[in-house]
Amino acid sequence: MNKIAIETTVNGRRREALVAPRMLLSDFIRHELALPGTHVGCEHGACGSCNVLVDGRSVRSCLTFAVQVDGAEITTIEGYGTDGLGPIQEAFWEEHGLQCGFCTPGMLATARELLDANPDPTDDEIREAISGNLCRCTGYEYIVAAIRSAARKLRERRIEDTLQPA
Amino acid sequence: MKPAPFEYIRPATLPEALAALAQDEDTTVLAGGQSLVPMMNTRLARPARLLDINRLPDLDHVRDEGSVIAIGPLARHADIMRDPLVVEHLPLVAEAYEWIAHSAVRNRGTLAGNLCHADPASEMPAILQVLGAELVLRSEADERRVPAEGFFLGAYETGRRPGELLVEIRIPKPAPGTGHGFEEVAMRKGDYAWAAAVATLRVEGGRIAQARIAVAGVETRAARLPEAEAALDGEAPDAALFAEVARAAADGVTPQGSASAGAEYRRDLVRSLLPRVLARAAQGGTT
Repeated sequence: MNKIAIETTVNGRRREALVAPRMLLSDFIRHELALPGTHVGCEHGACGSCNVLVDGRSVRSCLTFAVQVDGAEITTIEGYGTDGLGPIQEAFWEEHGLQCGFCTPGMLATARELLDANPDPTDDEIREAISGNLCRCTGYEYIVAAIRSAARKLRERRIEDTLQPA
Repeated sequence: MKPAPFEYIRPATLPEALAALAQDEDTTVLAGGQSLVPMMNTRLARPARLLDINRLPDLDHVRDEGSVIAIGPLARHADIMRDPLVVEHLPLVAEAYEWIAHSAVRNRGTLAGNLCHADPASEMPAILQVLGAELVLRSEADERRVPAEGFFLGAYETGRRPGELLVEIRIPKPAPGTGHGFEEVAMRKGDYAWAAAVATLRVEGGRIAQARIAVAGVETRAARLPEAEAALDGEAPDAALFAEVARAAADGVTPQGSASAGAEYRRDLVRSLLPRVLARAAQGGTT
């Protein structure tokens, strides 16, 4: 089948590519862009490991074709911290929010979308948000703690930002 | 697991899309892709030609048209569930969405695609039948309106004809005084229902003036339960009556079993969920 030209912005960088229509966004990110931080678990939308942000919203990259993101802005785990770890990653590290790390990139995409919309979520809201992300190691408790801590970090950072002189 | 190769077309306008559908009846429509792409990945579906409607303009609306809320085929679940019009006029839809899929899937999935996919365990086909929704199907030559009640023919089977695109979902605002209830049991919240029950009741002068009930996840399609509705008509809402109606409804369904939830268990769920949704609906209340 004919390949189709697409142009996307991935982690702030413009990328152009020729893709076969059947190429999944997950494979495009991993194989064509060589960004292996996006993990492919079930490949049918059940596990959430491959969640990435497309135009700021979490999507299952295994349920999206690369041709569909032509013109879109994509953020993968590689784009979370420009200088070291970002605040959500830091919180997962400190709170032991990961063990094997396979589900973590998807968890972070989900956490980021949640915290963008709701800077101070309750534990129930956190659990509800990550209900579409499977983790087989942690029992979720430390992940919930990590997202709670990330929320606090982000709120403090916002307060600091507003206190900076213009 | 990779989809088999397919021809990909992405029309820029609705007439172009309808022309493409008319030209080749084997064309499969790609909307949100949250049901279709898993089937393609596992090769349960191998469409030769995929028509991506995502770039069609002005089809993601949620509009107040007086007595009806009109929803476009590209409106995403996540946008519908938070839309102020839906929250105000169709609280049943907004609240039931808490049970439907997960945020990443709701961000892309569309209500129209969900209805056309017609999974027997999908909730919205039951909910839209209870709300008396109407589906607008357009082909290159024609446009027709089909009641949601007549649309779901069987598992993954609808009344959509070759060449037709579902271009609008029209949901009447429930009459004042209509209460609703929704309950579901699934392996994990957000997964397909083992059984979901939904009801609306309008009570006037202490008597049930209108009852609408449907279940999903039980039979090969989501369906209304007309006998249970008739048994409530004109009666005073009452726990014993609801239990009796639920027992009869459970005896009357033909449940499909699966490895995780057997047929008799699903029958039992109908028996236990129906009284709860009816009690909530009688209180006018939320799910």
